[in-house]
Amino acid sequence: MNAPLPQPAAGSPAFLQIRQVVKDFGGYKAVNDVSIDIARGEIFALLGSSGCGKTTLLRMLAGFETPTSGQIILNGQDLAGLAPYERPLNMMFQSYALFPHLTVWDNIAFGLRRDGLPKDQIATQVEAMLKLVQLGKFARRKPHQLSGGQQQRVALARSLAKKPQLLLLDEPLGALDKKLREETQIELVNIIENVGVTCVMVTHDQEEAMTMASRIAVMSEGRFLQVGAPSEIYETPATRFVADFIGNVNLMEGHLTVDEPDHVVITCADCSHYVGHGITGTEGMEVTVALRPEKIRLGSDQREGEHNQVRGTVKDMSYFGSHTVYHLALASGAVLKVSESNTERHSDKPLTWGDTAWAHWSPTAQVVLTA
Amino acid sequence: MKLAAALGSRWRGRVAVIGVPYVWLLLFFLLPFLIVMKISVSEMETVNFKDLISFKDGVLQLSLRWNNYLFITQDDLYFKTYVSSLKYAGVTTLLCLFIGYPFAYFMARARATVQPALMMLVMLPFWTSFLLRVYAWKGLLSEHGWAFDLITGLGLDRLLSALGLIPAPGQLMNTPFSLVLGMSYTYLPFMVLPLYATLAKMDLRLLEAAADLGATAWVAFWKITVPLSKAGIVAGSMLVFIPCVGEFVIPELLGGPQTLMIGRVMWDEFFSNNDWPMASAVAVVMVLLIIVPLALFNKYQAEAQEAPR
Repeated sequence: MNAPLPQPAAGSPAFLQIRQVVKDFGGYKAVNDVSIDIARGEIFALLGSSGCGKTTLLRMLAGFETPTSGQIILNGQDLAGLAPYERPLNMMFQSYALFPHLTVWDNIAFGLRRDGLPKDQIATQVEAMLKLVQLGKFARRKPHQLSGGQQQRVALARSLAKKPQLLLLDEPLGALDKKLREETQIELVNIIENVGVTCVMVTHDQEEAMTMASRIAVMSEGRFLQVGAPSEIYETPATRFVADFIGNVNLMEGHLTVDEPDHVVITCADCSHYVGHGITGTEGMEVTVALRPEKIRLGSDQREGEHNQVRGTVKDMSYFGSHTVYHLALASGAVLKVSESNTERHSDKPLTWGDTAWAHWSPTAQVVLTA
Repeated sequence: MKLAAALGSRWRGRVAVIGVPYVWLLLFFLLPFLIVMKISVSEMETVNFKDLISFKDGVLQLSLRWNNYLFITQDDLYFKTYVSSLKYAGVTTLLCLFIGYPFAYFMARARATVQPALMMLVMLPFWTSFLLRVYAWKGLLSEHGWAFDLITGLGLDRLLSALGLIPAPGQLMNTPFSLVLGMSYTYLPFMVLPLYATLAKMDLRLLEAAADLGATAWVAFWKITVPLSKAGIVAGSMLVFIPCVGEFVIPELLGGPQTLMIGRVMWDEFFSNNDWPMASAVAVVMVLLIIVPLALFNKYQAEAQEAPR
């Protein structure tokens, strides 16, 4: 996944432009001044916990909510004043909202019939959609006679049948169990990329956002905290919130003790960090160091040098099969999470509860956060 | 042994739970119906019915009189009455549906805090005796009653007369109009409640999905809301139609000589003519007239549910 980011043609306005959109629910700003440009063919994910405003933003795109202020422009057309049924976009609803009294065939044909297309054209398009999602055999069934995964595919076919300019996905895989979700993520992206439709999805599941989207916007309290490719969001989070929200992270408070153009040193309670790049800051300022558990190695001995290592006692360990997560209790009482991948079936000297170990990491492992 | 005993007691429990209503129906519905059927084919001997099976001169005799049924098919009064009963019941059902559906719809879509109050208003008429309420209409519709003054004041009586619902302007009581009005008024709650129940539990996201796919609110109503409330429409229509067909009190109080209803014919046969076999035959035909189409309808419904496997 993560196809190269489609770039908008230089000079031309973006395919979907969201301009300073605000949604005020009686004094509470569910969406607070959000602006973003989305290119044609992009899969854009709005990621955040419940109540962060992501669904409200999606519903404003669909036309179910009206922005209090701001503009939404799709392919040069201002969507303000267009009712949901007039908008050239379709939505795949959370838990699908399939019409229970209609067959799979009629569900997919519903939108096409509203356009008053001739019968044979509708039939051709429905058959094409059924083929796309591989449900040809189930055309005559009612939704309740299908499994969750099949219902999800019907919902996708229904929302793609009208060849929308923009596809909205509301928690597209939320109703599926974990195993099926992983398989479906890739299938779904393949279908969307085959069709070539621009897509905005809403999810609270970071894994889902990271596997499916070409860009992610992390939302909290109605605002975009950071927008970027999945790897950008993960490896260079802009704020503590984003670092903490995406994946696992160790956050350590400290202050800048050495500030050089090519490196900095940050002293924390338990250890000092040597970071191999400069930052914009002044000596003595308070910063937070974010360190991902999988970027830390464990060893039995202290290393040379004084930076980027710390001694701790194994307080907890969780075995996940592919990797093991150790919780090291440090001198100050803080806990350092370390993830070791299990490359061997049996290691000769396994760490266990109560053991003392040295954790160390490279000068490129940390992210220094000033916000 | 223990297992068998446990199973046995569980089985007995089930039988009791299922059995009680069946025994009730058997005793108070099927048995009386069989008695009515028996009477309908019996011969009257002054005040008693002749036994159907008699043992005379060493010969077992079975005497069934089908004359009554034959008579029903021959005298077109009965046929006309059945047809007009079905007609009035049908018109009443449609009227209740047209008034009740929007009512139930807006009740189901009203704010959750208002819904119990609206529900209360639907139930409110039941707090007064049904007979009193029908009598009240007599007063309202007779000359210089409030409803009479309102309708004649607005000139609606001329419209009703043109439609043939009343014989002449200025006469509202004892007409098809007053009959249908009374029946619709009485049975409206029976239409509203099942409709409300189905409409209230409908998933409103389906309407958003329909709008998203290009359906206007009007189209979404007909393509999504109405089909999904079919169960409520069917239930409400049955609850109105069935009692209306056999209705006696309302035609007696509000209907006129024009308005033939089978309930009144039965009453006449029972109590004016004292011809119990004839009255019973009329009753049996009426029950069959309702049950047979309903059974066919249910069968068709069940098949439609199962079809696309």
